[in-house]
Amino acid sequence: MLSLVDPSLATAEDERRLIAALRAGDDAAYETLVRTYAPRLFPVARRIVASDAEANDAVQDAFISAFKSIDRFSEESSLRTWLHRITVNAALMLLRSRRRRPEQRSIDELLPRFEANGHRVDTGGGWSTAAVEGLEREEKRRLLTRLLDELPDDSRTVLVLRDIEERGTAETAEVLGITPGAVKTRLHRARQALRTLLERELSE
Amino acid sequence: MSEHVTCKELVDFLDDYLEDRLEPPVRRRFEEHLDACPPCRVYLDGYRDTVRLTRSLCDDTDAGPPAAMPETLIRAILDSRRRS
Ligand SMILES: [Zn+2]
Repeated sequence: MLSLVDPSLATAEDERRLIAALRAGDDAAYETLVRTYAPRLFPVARRIVASDAEANDAVQDAFISAFKSIDRFSEESSLRTWLHRITVNAALMLLRSRRRRPEQRSIDELLPRFEANGHRVDTGGGWSTAAVEGLEREEKRRLLTRLLDELPDDSRTVLVLRDIEERGTAETAEVLGITPGAVKTRLHRARQALRTLLERELSE
Repeated sequence: MSEHVTCKELVDFLDDYLEDRLEPPVRRRFEEHLDACPPCRVYLDGYRDTVRLTRSLCDDTDAGPPAAMPETLIRAILDSRRRS
């Protein structure tokens, strides 16, 4: 059985062999693929769907569609990049099919308020940049996942696609079926809301 | 935008400011406001940090120890292939 415990250490040759084995229907190769990538794809799905159970479902859906399309996988991309994309799509599809969190809070509560003359009303004290930069990567990831869960689905997905997945405005608009203008507006509001959540977290 | 930028206008055009899409005269008025308004400076710094934090997590599929996946899920995924 091929070993790909850390996919970042796999050589192009390892990957070519794995792909060939997958295409040949080799069970051990499928097991390697799933054991290697499922844990790494989980956080990708988790940021989009906002629950562990749904993230597991999204990862499973992603592999099912990857299994079906392994013959069409183009070796210009890496397996990791390819699976990552499929997982984002699977998570978005799952979210769409299960839109059922009617109790979601309005994002307005997390936006800054202004007087009629445009003057700022409430000002938080901010935080020191060092407080964020001092966090371990894993702590940052956990903190961000938890705060993202507090955003409404439509804000969270735009923020994840634009700022974490680094998709462009046009592509995000297409994936979500909204206009580029709506992407920009939602992104701006989502960033402001996340800023408020972060401030509450870091100034406590 | 009028002669003076208000706090609200500053926030509304924050992404354009950070991505340097403002016309030079507008940008100057933005900076005048920031010089005169400490709360807006705090706001801007926090906003910038927020974006930086999310961006720092892009593509972390290789990072750190991966989450432990339940064995039942791994088996379910592999079984779904054999069934199809
Ligand atoms: Zn101000």
